[in-house]
Amino acid sequence: MNTLLCIPLLVLLGTLVPLCSTRYSRTACAFLTAALPAVALFLVLQLAPAILDGQRFQTAIEWVPSLGLSLAFRLDGLSLLFSLLILGIGLLVILYARYYLSSNDNIGKFFCYLILFMFAMLGVVMSDNLIQMWVFWELTSISSFLLISFWGHKSDARKGARMALTITGTGGLFLLAGLLMLGNVVGSFELQTVLDSGDMIRASSTYPIITVLILIGAFTKSAQFPFHFWLPNAMAAPTPVSAYLHSATMVKAGIFLMARFYPSLAGTDLWFLMVSMTGLATFLLGGYLALFQHDLKGLLANSTISHLGLITLLLGMGSDLALVAAIFHIINHATFKASLFMAAGIIDHESGSRDMRQLNGLWKYMPYTATLAMVASMAMAGVPLLNGFLSKEMFFNETLHQNSLGSISWMVPVLATLGGVLSVAYSLRFIHDVFFNGEPINLPKTPHEPPRYMRVPVEVLVALCLAVGIFPSFIVGDLLYSASNAALNGDVPSYSLAIWHGFNIPLLMSAIALVGGLVVYYNRQHLFKFQAQFPTNDPKILFERAIQQLVSKATWFIGFTENGSLQRYMYFLMMLTIVVSAYPLLDLDATAGHRPEIPLDALSITGAVLLSLASLATVIWHRRRMVALLTLSVVGLIVTLAFARFSAPDLALTQLSVEVVTIILLMLALFFLPQKTPKESSPRRVVRDLGISAMIGGIVGTVIFALMTRPLDTISDFFTENSKTGGGGTNVVNVILVDFRGFDTLGEITVLGIAALGIFKLIARMRLYMPSSNEQGRPWSSDRHPLMLSVVSQSLLPLALLVSAYIFLRGHNMPGGGFIAGLITSVAIIQQYVAHGVDWIKDRLKLDYQIMIGSGIGIATLTGLGSWLFGRPFLTSWFDYFYLPVIGKFELASAMLFDLGVFLTVVGATMLILANLGQLTTSERAVYEEEA
Amino acid sequence: MEGIYAFCVGLMTACGIFLTLRGRTFSVVVGLTLLSYAVNLFLFASGRLKLDAAAVLGMSEEYGDPLPQALVLTAIVIGFAMTAFAVILAMRARADLGNDHVDGRIPQTKESARQKAGGQR
Repeated sequence: MNTLLCIPLLVLLGTLVPLCSTRYSRTACAFLTAALPAVALFLVLQLAPAILDGQRFQTAIEWVPSLGLSLAFRLDGLSLLFSLLILGIGLLVILYARYYLSSNDNIGKFFCYLILFMFAMLGVVMSDNLIQMWVFWELTSISSFLLISFWGHKSDARKGARMALTITGTGGLFLLAGLLMLGNVVGSFELQTVLDSGDMIRASSTYPIITVLILIGAFTKSAQFPFHFWLPNAMAAPTPVSAYLHSATMVKAGIFLMARFYPSLAGTDLWFLMVSMTGLATFLLGGYLALFQHDLKGLLANSTISHLGLITLLLGMGSDLALVAAIFHIINHATFKASLFMAAGIIDHESGSRDMRQLNGLWKYMPYTATLAMVASMAMAGVPLLNGFLSKEMFFNETLHQNSLGSISWMVPVLATLGGVLSVAYSLRFIHDVFFNGEPINLPKTPHEPPRYMRVPVEVLVALCLAVGIFPSFIVGDLLYSASNAALNGDVPSYSLAIWHGFNIPLLMSAIALVGGLVVYYNRQHLFKFQAQFPTNDPKILFERAIQQLVSKATWFIGFTENGSLQRYMYFLMMLTIVVSAYPLLDLDATAGHRPEIPLDALSITGAVLLSLASLATVIWHRRRMVALLTLSVVGLIVTLAFARFSAPDLALTQLSVEVVTIILLMLALFFLPQKTPKESSPRRVVRDLGISAMIGGIVGTVIFALMTRPLDTISDFFTENSKTGGGGTNVVNVILVDFRGFDTLGEITVLGIAALGIFKLIARMRLYMPSSNEQGRPWSSDRHPLMLSVVSQSLLPLALLVSAYIFLRGHNMPGGGFIAGLITSVAIIQQYVAHGVDWIKDRLKLDYQIMIGSGIGIATLTGLGSWLFGRPFLTSWFDYFYLPVIGKFELASAMLFDLGVFLTVVGATMLILANLGQLTTSERAVYEEEA
Repeated sequence: MEGIYAFCVGLMTACGIFLTLRGRTFSVVVGLTLLSYAVNLFLFASGRLKLDAAAVLGMSEEYGDPLPQALVLTAIVIGFAMTAFAVILAMRARADLGNDHVDGRIPQTKESARQKAGGQR
């Protein structure tokens, strides 16, 4: 198996490990959990040298090629960079979480969600197919939801999780629409094809829609203005989650998406304006909001928003160099922000509070952690010799060289410097407010240093901040180059990762930011006072209110449409039928077509009049149920005659026998149901229903008239021509049933069998009151089985069975066949039940109808499978002619065996229904003990 | 001929629909049966009406369309199974719920509510 496929699959497998190992100690669970991702990381590192040399790995397993769906993974520079971040920081987070979570938390469940997220995120960055990428994208939203709501007993966690899922999930739907349109324009969902056809995409008329849709997806995920508010609320998650998902990886998915589709979508004014302006607004807003947070994690969350805005701004600047800077800052931000979150978690864990108004002077209590946190926040502020400084210098440099805003382009570097000032100010606040600034106030615990290994992840990350800051090109030079190469789809501009570029304007901007940040922080009390004048709008409350309104509206709507009344559903269904079926009729010019009509004759008119009267009588007398049943049977008989008249002998025979069975069934049912229907429909309801049924009747009549009077272009000629030569029978209808469309028939007898078994189960535990008299109080006759009927029907039975056999055998060539023969046999047996009663039959007729259904379907299926023995497709039929003395020439066909299966199923199903229902009327009915 | 055929199908459909919209299970079953007659005739007629043209080779000059016939034949049998299922379900519902209303409970009309209130007084 190839290595590329193993990387995500190993991680997927890893989701099960914590669930299995949760019963061991927490340390063991953490180490076992880390094992598979570690192997995956090792595999990635093994492939890394080749990728840094410019190679690209791809693998694909076709799934539905015609729809462009496949399981396709790729590993190029950009994917490599993200995979390293995801797996590397993921492993550190596992170690950290082992110490962060208390023994009350279900650590197995937590790790399972975390690894699930890791898998989803790896899937996003490694996908080589747009649809697959989207599926993983949504999976990150879902696993993020599970992780934020990990402490489900907290209202904040539930609300924050719901908000995050709503925002990112909705964005995901926009993204799906965009990706589908994008795939449609390109004609392929393969990523490389999409990346290579940038010019075509930008020239297409749907380009603006695609871009806006995909950007909405990216902006919601990466918490860009105006969707930024979900991120601070996601801080209700355990801190390892915040460090991993909401700073280092998941929120970068949106950024990744923009970088990934940079060759396809960027390069137009629409892209530049939308991306850069959104990024700039988010950069400033996030920085401003961060300054006023009292919650440690709130500050970090808002600063994350700000830095994500910075990266977005870089991606929207339209220069390739800015893209390189953006990718560089992705790395740097992931390292310093993850370590800051971890430090914040340690502080929270060891002091019991995250409120910066309480946390002061922690330097004395945890100097080691304080040093690490201070280095990381200096990286965040952009202090020289740390990684944040380098990418921020590149950012300042780019703002100076862009001109996408024309003559007001100068505002961008000014605003960027302002953003820099804010970021220095909140970084200072993080350092000064927490570690210095007097003594702690009312802390729940006395702060102290964390366990040794809880600090390790922070140490690793802070060491990386320093290493990148001091030896940038040595540590990340190759990685940055190959990631930029992949994101740009070739042609990386020349850039320098040196620490010192001489005295230039970006350095001046950095200096202004540092000094400005100091000034702002020094005067923070005035700013806080100013900010306090604004009413606080908690997005959580606003969001909850909107959700509540939506829920109550939806509840009302569901209550209105789904009130549990079948009558209402039928009404809606019928109205829909009218609308859907009447609308196309508006386009039909004339009702009648040009096909010549058959002249009327007296017989047909008589039949039609009888049919109409009987149908109307059924409706008019529907409250007197027995009468309605009699008129209904008149309708059925005339339908039978109609089939016979219009050249369908098979249908006439079937309808006739079904008619008998149906009416007997309904009469039996009526024995247990009320004999009369009470009058309860309001006049309004009656008029409404009359209107609806008249409309539908009119439409149906119109359609069938229009159909019948138009010429027919049928595929049936094929059946007529091949019936004798291919199917070996002259009755085309039967040959279609058992041969041409035998598979349909197999399905149909299966349905029949299932329905019969369902009925059997329904009858089995039925507890019905058995009336001893009719509605008028007249008792039922005590002579249940009149002698005359018994004698006559008994002598009729062999005759009926003979007719049935005859009909069955001739079915292939003359009207008849398994269905009809089965029904005739059923009628004959039912007659015996009626004449003799259930007990009498039970003693004499040892038939298990369930086995009969099973063997019927079995025979039909085996006949079909038999053709496999001869290397033919399922249900290929065989026939030949034989000669026997006395009998003469006769035909044998495999189709007859199939028809036997049909016969058995029909008899079994019909008898299972009727015999069991009939049994209810006798002493044979099963008696169930009432529950005491 | 086609005209009265279409009329009959339309009328049966209308009658069937009216009955399926009623509130008691037995009426609905009768309505469904009527409706399935109409549907079968409808499908059958999509092969056009022909006199003396059974689709048996060698029996007549021309042949009616055998395909709709084959489809309708199975539809008749399945229709029976469906009717049977519906009516048994209706019986079961009556046994378990104590009434034969399609909603499983007798709906409160204004009149019956008034009667109830009167009875309590």
